[in-house]
Amino acid sequence: MFESLTEKLNTIFKTITGRGRLTETNVRDALKEVRLALLEADVNYKVVKNLVEDIRRRAVGREVLESLTPGQQLIKIVNEELSRLMGGVRYGLELSGRTPHSLMLVGLQGSGKTTTAAKLARLLLKQGRHPYLIPADIYRPAAVDQLIKLGHQIEVPVYPADTTKQPEEICLDALSKASRELADVLIIDTAGRLHVDKELMAELVEIKAKINPVEILLVADAMTGQDAVNVAKRFDESLDITGVILTKMEGDARGGAALSIKAVTDKPIKFIGVGEKIDALEPFYPDRMASQILGMGDVLSLIEKVQTDFDEKEAKKLEKKLRKKQFDLEDFQLQLKQIKKIGSLDQILGMMPGVGELKKLKQFKPDGRELVKVEAIINSMTRNERRNYKIINGSRRRRIAKGSGCKVQDVNRILKNFTQTKKIMERFSRTGLPNMGSLFG
Amino acid sequence: MFFKKKDTEKDIKNADPGTNLVQRLQQGLAMTRSTLTGRLDRLFFGKKEITDDLLEELEEILFTSDIGVATTQELIDSVQKKVERKELKDPEKLKFALRDHILSFLEVQAVSHLSPEPGEPLVIMVIGVNGVGKTTTIGKAAQRYILQGKKVMLVAADTFRAAAVEQLGIWGERVGADVVKQKTGADPSAVVFDGLAAAISREIDVVLIDTAGRLHTKINLMEELAKIHRVAGRKLPGAPHEVWLILDATTGQNAISQAETFNNALGLTHIVLTKLDGTAKGGIVVGISRQLKIPIKYIGIGEKIDDLRPFNARDFVQAIFD
Ligand SMILES: Nc1nc2c(ncn2[C@@H]2O[C@H](COP(=O)(O)OP(=O)(O)OP(=O)(O)O)[C@@H](O)[C@H]2O)c(=O)[nH]1
Ligand SMILES: [Mg+2]
Repeated sequence: MFESLTEKLNTIFKTITGRGRLTETNVRDALKEVRLALLEADVNYKVVKNLVEDIRRRAVGREVLESLTPGQQLIKIVNEELSRLMGGVRYGLELSGRTPHSLMLVGLQGSGKTTTAAKLARLLLKQGRHPYLIPADIYRPAAVDQLIKLGHQIEVPVYPADTTKQPEEICLDALSKASRELADVLIIDTAGRLHVDKELMAELVEIKAKINPVEILLVADAMTGQDAVNVAKRFDESLDITGVILTKMEGDARGGAALSIKAVTDKPIKFIGVGEKIDALEPFYPDRMASQILGMGDVLSLIEKVQTDFDEKEAKKLEKKLRKKQFDLEDFQLQLKQIKKIGSLDQILGMMPGVGELKKLKQFKPDGRELVKVEAIINSMTRNERRNYKIINGSRRRRIAKGSGCKVQDVNRILKNFTQTKKIMERFSRTGLPNMGSLFG
Repeated sequence: MFFKKKDTEKDIKNADPGTNLVQRLQQGLAMTRSTLTGRLDRLFFGKKEITDDLLEELEEILFTSDIGVATTQELIDSVQKKVERKELKDPEKLKFALRDHILSFLEVQAVSHLSPEPGEPLVIMVIGVNGVGKTTTIGKAAQRYILQGKKVMLVAADTFRAAAVEQLGIWGERVGADVVKQKTGADPSAVVFDGLAAAISREIDVVLIDTAGRLHTKINLMEELAKIHRVAGRKLPGAPHEVWLILDATTGQNAISQAETFNNALGLTHIVLTKLDGTAKGGIVVGISRQLKIPIKYIGIGEKIDDLRPFNARDFVQAIFD
C-alpha cells in the first residue's frame, strides 16, 4: 500500500549534491514527506505538526554519519523521536497494595474490551494469579454471555451478573464475592461507550469511586483515525486512566493512533492485541511501533516470534547474523524451515519492512509450493556452497538441479533472489532494519 | 472539535420514526455538521480574501476529518490552481467550489448487482472487520424492512465469536424476525445454506446474513467469506444479491484498505458507515467514494433500533455547507 518512507527520502536526497550535513533547505522536502507519512498513518494533525517541528530542530545541522545516506540519517532521527515520544520503557501491570486488585477496562464500542479482559485473565493465570472476571456491560445484547463463555474457555471464574442491576452494583457485589472465589485480581469489563456520552461516562466514574481500581486501562482500536485524540483525552480527563491497550494490531493499520493517544494523555501503552485468540496479547515495544508507523515493518517482532515459536538458540544466531550481514544460504535454509513452521505467511509478510522493495522483485510469490522448491534446492547444495554462494558455477548448478528435481532455471532464479535479498538487507541493516521479506522469492 | 450538543444526540435517540425524512437526516448529520461543517462555516465567515493561512486552516479541517492525504491534496491543489488562475477570489465562492468537488466524489453510481427473482428472497450478506457494528446494523436494518411490511430472516453465520449467535438472537426477538442458527463452531456456510433453504420454504422477503468480524488481511478468513458467498449462490442463484461492508466512522485511513480488500474478495454493493454519533467526522466516506465508487447506503448514529439513516450524498454535503 505504501512505499517505504526511506525509499521516498532517498529519492529526494538524491537530488541534493554533497552529502555531509543536514540543512534547513535539504531537509525541507524530506520533512514534507515525513509529515505526509505520519498523516497517512493516522497520527493526529496537531501531533504531527509539533512532531515535525521537533524533528526539524533536531535534524538541522546534524552531520550525516559515514555509513548512512542523508535519507537514512533523517529516518534515524525520526525513528528516535517517535520511539522517545511513545515512551522508552516497557510497563507491565501495576499490581501493588492489598489484594484483591481491580483492573477496569474502558473504551469505545467495538474496541475489543471483552476479548482483552479474557486475554488479561489468561495472562494473570499464567503468572500464578487468581483472576476473576466481572461483566459490567448490561447494555449490549449477550455481552455478559460472551464473557462467561470466554471465562469458561480459560477456566477463569466469571461473576454471574444480573443485567437488571446497575453496573456499579454488579461490581460491588462481585467484589464481595471475589474473596469467596479466592480471587486476587478482578477484571471489570465495562460497556463500550462514546466519550461524549455524559451519562455513561458518569457511570464509569461511579464504578471507579466504588471499586478503587489499581489500573484503568483504555482499550483502543489500532485502526482509529484522527479522533483518537478526542477519545483518549475525554476518557483520561474523566477517569485518569493508568494505561492503554491497543487492539487489532495484527492487521495492516499503521497505528498512528498510538502516537496520538500517548501524546495527549502521556499514559503508557501497556499491551497490544494481535489476534482473536485468547493468547494473542503482547507487550508493547515503542521502537517497533515507531517503525510500523513509518511503514518500515517490524523485523524485530518477526525475530521474536521465530524465537518463541521455534528453536530459540537458532533464532538468536540468525538475529546476530542479520545484524552482522553474514547472511548465507545456510541461514536462508534455516529460515525456510522456520517459516514453514510459523505457517501463516500473510502474518509474517505484514511484519516485513520495505513492502515497496518486495513488490519490485518480480518473481516474488510467496506460496507454499514455491517454498518447498526453494528448500529442496538449498538442501541439494554442499555445505561449502551454502556458505559461499559465489562458488556455485554452471556445473554445480546442474548438479543441484538434478539433486533437487528442479530445473537449472529454478536454481538460477533462487540464487538471483538470494543475492538481491542480500543487497537489500545490507542497505536496510545500516538503519538496523534488515529485510527478510524477499527471501521468499 | 468536540461534540457540543448533547441534546442533539438525545433527540436523535428518541426520534420517532415518523418524523419526516429530511428532518431526520438533518438530525442524523448534526454531528458531522457541528464538526466539519461548523468549522468550515466559521472558517469562511467574514473572510474577504483567500490567503495561505486560510488554505492551511482548510487543510487542517480536511485532515482532521479523516479525509486522508490523497483526497485532501487533490481538493487543496484544485482550489490552489483556481486561485492562481484568478478564477477564485472570494472565500464564499471557494466554499461552493469545495462543496461541489466533495459532492462529485460522493455521488457515485449504484454498483450493478442482481435482484431476486419474483417470489424469491432478497439476500444481503453483511461483512466487516471486528467490532464495527455488523450485528447491530443488521438488527436496525431488519427493523426498517419490517416497517416496510417485509418478512425478514436473520442468519447467524458468525459461529466464531463467543455469544455472537445469542446477540443476533436477541435482535431477532426485538424486531420480530426469524433467526436461523446453529451452535458456535458450526460451519458458517452450512448455516447459510440451511438458512436460505428455510427462507425459501417460509417465503421470506429479506434475508440478512451476519458474518464473523475478521481483519481483511487474514487470507484464510477471507476465503471463508468467499465460500459463504459461493454457497449462498448455490442454494439460491443470484444470492447474495447485496454485500454490505460495515465501516466504523472512527476508523482512519485503514478503512480504505478494508474497503479495497473486501471489495476485491467479494464485490461490495454497498457501504454502511456506523458510529457517526461520536466526534469522528466521517471524512473517510469521501476518500472511499472517490477511490472505490461504492455507494454508501446507511449511516449508523447510535445503538438504538432506529439509529440507522439513509445516506444521501447531496443532503450530506448540503448539510455540511449550510
Ligand atoms: N455509538 C454507536 N455504537 C454503535 C453503532 N453501531 C454499533 N454500535 C455498537 O458497537 C458495538 C459493536 O457492535 P456489534 O454490532 O456487536 O459489532 P460487530 O461488527 O457485529 O462485532 P463482531 O461481530 O464482534 O465483529 C456494540 O456495542 C454496538 O452497540 C453506532 O452507530 N453508534
Ligand atoms: Mg457481530
